[in-house]
Amino acid sequence: MYLTKEEELILAGEYGYALQKAMEILVALGEIYGAERLIPIKSAQIAGVSYKNIGDAGMEFLRDFADAGAKVSVYTTLNPAGIGDDEFMEKQMEVLELYRRMGIEITSTCTPYYGANLPKFGDHLAWSESSAVSFANSILGARTNREGGPSSLAAAIVGKTPNYGFHLDENRKATVVITVDARVETFVDYSALGYHLGKVLGNDVPYFKGLRPSNVEYLKEMGAAMAASGSIALYHVEGETPEYRWAIADKLETIAVEEGDIRAVKEAFSDDWSEIDMILIGCPHASLAEIKEVAELLRIRGKPLKIPLFITAGRAVKALADALGYTETIERYNGRIIPDVCFVVSPIKGWYNGVATNSGKSAFYFRSFGFSVRLDDAENLIMEAP
Amino acid sequence: MRLQGRKIVGGKAEGELVVSQKPLSFLGGVDPETGIVTDAESDIRGQSIAGKILAFPRGKGSTVGSYVIYALKKNGKAPKAIIVGEAETIVATGAIIAGIPMVDGVDVSKLRSGKRVTVNADEGLVEIEE
Repeated sequence: MYLTKEEELILAGEYGYALQKAMEILVALGEIYGAERLIPIKSAQIAGVSYKNIGDAGMEFLRDFADAGAKVSVYTTLNPAGIGDDEFMEKQMEVLELYRRMGIEITSTCTPYYGANLPKFGDHLAWSESSAVSFANSILGARTNREGGPSSLAAAIVGKTPNYGFHLDENRKATVVITVDARVETFVDYSALGYHLGKVLGNDVPYFKGLRPSNVEYLKEMGAAMAASGSIALYHVEGETPEYRWAIADKLETIAVEEGDIRAVKEAFSDDWSEIDMILIGCPHASLAEIKEVAELLRIRGKPLKIPLFITAGRAVKALADALGYTETIERYNGRIIPDVCFVVSPIKGWYNGVATNSGKSAFYFRSFGFSVRLDDAENLIMEAP
Repeated sequence: MRLQGRKIVGGKAEGELVVSQKPLSFLGGVDPETGIVTDAESDIRGQSIAGKILAFPRGKGSTVGSYVIYALKKNGKAPKAIIVGEAETIVATGAIIAGIPMVDGVDVSKLRSGKRVTVNADEGLVEIEE
């Protein structure tokens, strides 16, 4: 891989240990994946925030790195944190403090684009939250690989990333055409479609025909589910996403999705209300429009929920919901908006054992943790809930 | 036997081989306190990788595995060197942050546990005692 004079000096340790280690990571990845050079990035988004996920090992690494004077050189935000008992929270706050010391904005969300960290078309990024990667690549037309925690941190520190994978035009072309012969109309329909395809497709770039999402949250949700049950980081939707016009190269294989495929996913997550002890909305973190919808549904329902409703969101979105009165309405009906955290990365098994959610991504993870799961649209959940 | 691979992380090491013929997950697959492999699917389950030359076809599992490799090093239980068939992000990043010599592009199916081996990662070279 070609390195500039300055990059060579960083690699040789002339600018200190932290920059050297960061550069070593980038150069090694560049060599592994055949990058010709490094390219500047506009922002970074870092996974490996929950203490549940990184543990003492990750914390030790972050502490050593921060102590060595590591500082990010581009705008950088974090993935959501975990929530747990006092002992857990002490460690969790320490992790956040280590990231803060490195110059990272302590805005912990899987939807950074709803505020703090909004890329534009064509921007190169180093993001690591899988649903945010999918959103940035597919819906915004920005360019990022699926980074791991350490590689996005290394890119944030150096301000560059190796030029391979989804940074290159040729890898952004579709590899498979998806025709949708099913009714896909609601949030959960999109969720189920994404969940199904994540399982069916490999390392593909799907091109969708026949989808007409009525709002962007539906695509956000589909991408998140595809990235959770599979590893899809980029998709195109004919007539909808910004790169679809040049996404189709040659003759491609076509996969048809039928009504039964969508139904099968919904049926797999249809546990009875008697097994459910909380409702979760906001995976990926909710938009203001999603929060507004929940507040309106609760008002229509007219009586408080017997089990708690949690909405997870970024703190920028929560602040808007507070200002507009949605938070107050939601709290009146036994709901709460919880900023900065993600239940999927929290040790909450035992506190709760059954979740009702509109998120295919959540459904996938909570089932794997041994929870009972009910997957349905927010409207049905709120109207049917005890 | 001399095998030519590619440098991922430079350095030299010498020691006893421990070879997994299956992909290895570090998060949940290796105990960072003891260096013992705990991955239920692993063919080297129960063996220690501490102070050994560890060979396996490729990494798998969570990217948090990189931090487990770092923790192994901090706890004095890391392998002296890592040999893989195909490097990927998790193990490569772990080896870099932990400073463990690492070579890829080696046909791991030719390697056997218990053999003495010399790794010159700077040259991408692996030499196995006959």
